[in-house]
Amino acid sequence: MARSAAATAVHFTGVDMEAKLALLEFLLTNSDLQASARRAIDWLAAHAGVQQAVVAVAEPGAGPLLLVAEHGVSSAAIVDFALTRDDEGHPLVRAMLRSDPTYFDGSPMPFRVPIENLAFHAVPLRAEEDLSAHGLLLTSASGAEVHPDVTWIARMLGRQAARLQSRQTLAETRFGQERMLLYSIINAVTDPILLTDTEGKLIIANTHAEKLFAAPEDASEGWRRAVALNNMLFSAALSTSAVAQIEPARRELLLVDPLEGSDLLFELLSSRAKDERQGTYVVSVLRNVTDLARAKEEIEESYRTLRLAQAEVRDERHRLDLIIDSVADPILVTDQEGDIVLMNEPAERLFYVPPAAGEASQRRVHANGANLTSFVSNVLTRGGEQRYRGEIQLAEPVTGRPSPVEGLAGQILSEQGELMWVVTILHDLTEAHEKARLYEQLKEGSAELERKVQEATTELADQNELLRRQHIALEQASALKSQFLANMSHEFRTPLNAILGYTHMLLNGVTGPVVETQRKSLTRIDSKSRHLLALINDILDITRIEAGRMPLNLTTFHIPELVDEVMSELEPIIKRSNLTVRPSMSRTLPALRSDRQKVKQIVLNLLSNSLKFTPAGTVTVGATYDSRTRNLAISVSDTGVGIATDDQVKVFEDFRQLDGSPARGYGGTGLGLSICRRLSQMLGGTIELQSTPGKGSVFTLRLPTRLRRR
Amino acid sequence: MSDTDVKQALVLVVEDYQDAREMYAAYLQFSGYRVAEATNGLEAIEKTLELLPDIILMDLALPKMDGWEATRRLKSDARTKHIPIVALTGHALAGHAEGARQAGCDAFVTKPCLPDALVAEIRRMLASRDVPPDAGEAKRPAKPTGRRR
Repeated sequence: MARSAAATAVHFTGVDMEAKLALLEFLLTNSDLQASARRAIDWLAAHAGVQQAVVAVAEPGAGPLLLVAEHGVSSAAIVDFALTRDDEGHPLVRAMLRSDPTYFDGSPMPFRVPIENLAFHAVPLRAEEDLSAHGLLLTSASGAEVHPDVTWIARMLGRQAARLQSRQTLAETRFGQERMLLYSIINAVTDPILLTDTEGKLIIANTHAEKLFAAPEDASEGWRRAVALNNMLFSAALSTSAVAQIEPARRELLLVDPLEGSDLLFELLSSRAKDERQGTYVVSVLRNVTDLARAKEEIEESYRTLRLAQAEVRDERHRLDLIIDSVADPILVTDQEGDIVLMNEPAERLFYVPPAAGEASQRRVHANGANLTSFVSNVLTRGGEQRYRGEIQLAEPVTGRPSPVEGLAGQILSEQGELMWVVTILHDLTEAHEKARLYEQLKEGSAELERKVQEATTELADQNELLRRQHIALEQASALKSQFLANMSHEFRTPLNAILGYTHMLLNGVTGPVVETQRKSLTRIDSKSRHLLALINDILDITRIEAGRMPLNLTTFHIPELVDEVMSELEPIIKRSNLTVRPSMSRTLPALRSDRQKVKQIVLNLLSNSLKFTPAGTVTVGATYDSRTRNLAISVSDTGVGIATDDQVKVFEDFRQLDGSPARGYGGTGLGLSICRRLSQMLGGTIELQSTPGKGSVFTLRLPTRLRRR
Repeated sequence: MSDTDVKQALVLVVEDYQDAREMYAAYLQFSGYRVAEATNGLEAIEKTLELLPDIILMDLALPKMDGWEATRRLKSDARTKHIPIVALTGHALAGHAEGARQAGCDAFVTKPCLPDALVAEIRRMLASRDVPPDAGEAKRPAKPTGRRR
């Protein structure tokens, strides 16, 4: 191990000496201080293990120090470097005045130094005979001891500075510094940058460009060929851009990576720079777009697939939207966390309100969401269960009305069997609940109804029985009543017979002459007895009609003859009345088949009624035939007192004479029209009344021409 | 036949009600007839056989034997069947009139019947009795006075 280390040192020493000689030769022959400084610190970096180094040179006398070369130092540190020799308190200025190197141990200092955060040596650049230093060499250090090569280099550069000082202008030195800064900047750019003539011949290239377009002397054959090829391609690209005259030209340039041998795609950006003294140059910047192009292709490819997939998804989604929106039930898709990722419009009504909605609505939506989440958790937690069905109590966000729903949650699994989403379909139970409630009500109602019907049936049966008994009782009562009335009427007649008879005899003078006052009283007794008799007869008629004991006696007869008969029977009354009474018969009256006696009684009643209630004017008895209805109408019209509309029905009722009217004065039983009505019904006919109070009345009896026994 | 003959005719008034019977009797006498009275059907038959009246005024509702029965018996007896019988009833029902006719009554008068009307009917019946028997048989009973039923 020791031998090996010694051999290495020997080997290094050999190389070291050779390089040192080469460097020395360069420094002696070169008249450019900057180039020398660069070469020197590169050599230090390579042979003395110096990580960072800076060379700063100074004008004679006062003035700023200028950085002319650097190694491993950031561009920012170079730009920031500023030091003048006037600043005598500055540690670096003081270091320059000394003949020995000054050691800085890397501890923080109150000024900027190009070598940051490292220990370094500041070595003045001076030849042995120099009184003052020409500049400073700053080298990073690993200890206080100075590397001999560092002091050697500082001496060599000091000598050269002294030698060149008389010839070199400050401007050149300054230019050198700026050129160095430019170099460091363009080297810091990761894109290859080249300055060429219009033919593509390289003038300046940054490190990245050199890798492509320059091969070191020890490069392999492949490397050289690759570099040659790159130069050729680059020249060709430049010449086409010169022909095209597009400024600045932007094109793609395919080159070869000399080390890897792989294709590199660059974007070439070249622009021409004109210099009056030296002609036209071309500045070219190459941007490596190999990865970009590949990425672009990939992106395009994936974009295309994505677009296709998107279109498919969109179609799918569209179809899905159509489907789920067409479902009236709320449908929701939630992720594993229970967050809603998709829902249809009915679901939105339950689980979403616009932010502007009221606080209560927001709260209900939150509550709904919480209920849904806990429902969905049933399929998330119950291992193996892919579906879950249950009831959820929700509320309508706006109204707060309870909205019970039945939910069915189902898992959606990926192809790998992972749970992706949960689909939940809700079905409104309000209606179902309502239906159930109504059904219950209906059942109750039905039972109630049944009970009532049963009750009613029982009651009806009871009522029927009662009615049947009542009917029997009524029939008996009715028969008894009729019998009673018939008997009563007979019993009335016997004493009336005597009253009428004796009155009559007295009036006829059977017991001797009667004086005038007696005659007046007897006449009144006679009159009232006759009235009583008429009443009894009418009551008897009604009784018989109602008891069905007035049989029909059908014959065929003619109305005009019947009317003549009636008029002659009423002749005395007509004469007394001073009225014009005339028949008005149609010439073509058919014969009537009916009960003649009853028809006559009706006509008699109607006519005597009219005579009674007509103080003056005319009474007409008319008869017409309606061939369509086959009815014969017999009418009695008068110009009498008439009957008010409200009373026109009443006159046909029993014992009805319009009260307070002249009726009392007209006498009569008040049963005449009532009997007429009953008789006309028996004969299958009707009696109508038309009347205007003060103008007169028309009673019309309508009878079928042929009455059939019922 | 003279008016005097008629006035001498004997009328048998059969009526259970005393006041009515006496009233008709009084008026018939007042009108110039001779009058005999009976209060029931049996008595009516006895008096008829005994007196052979010119005409009988027969109430139908009578105690012991009613007017119909008495009429039937008198009309089925050769000695009495020629004597006209005028039925008198307070029942205005059609059945009564028909029943009276079937029993053999020659006329029918409904109560109340004024004495005047009764006398007129009796006069009419006696007048028709005096026409030849075959013509008298053909005669329909005259309309009774009072209300027609």
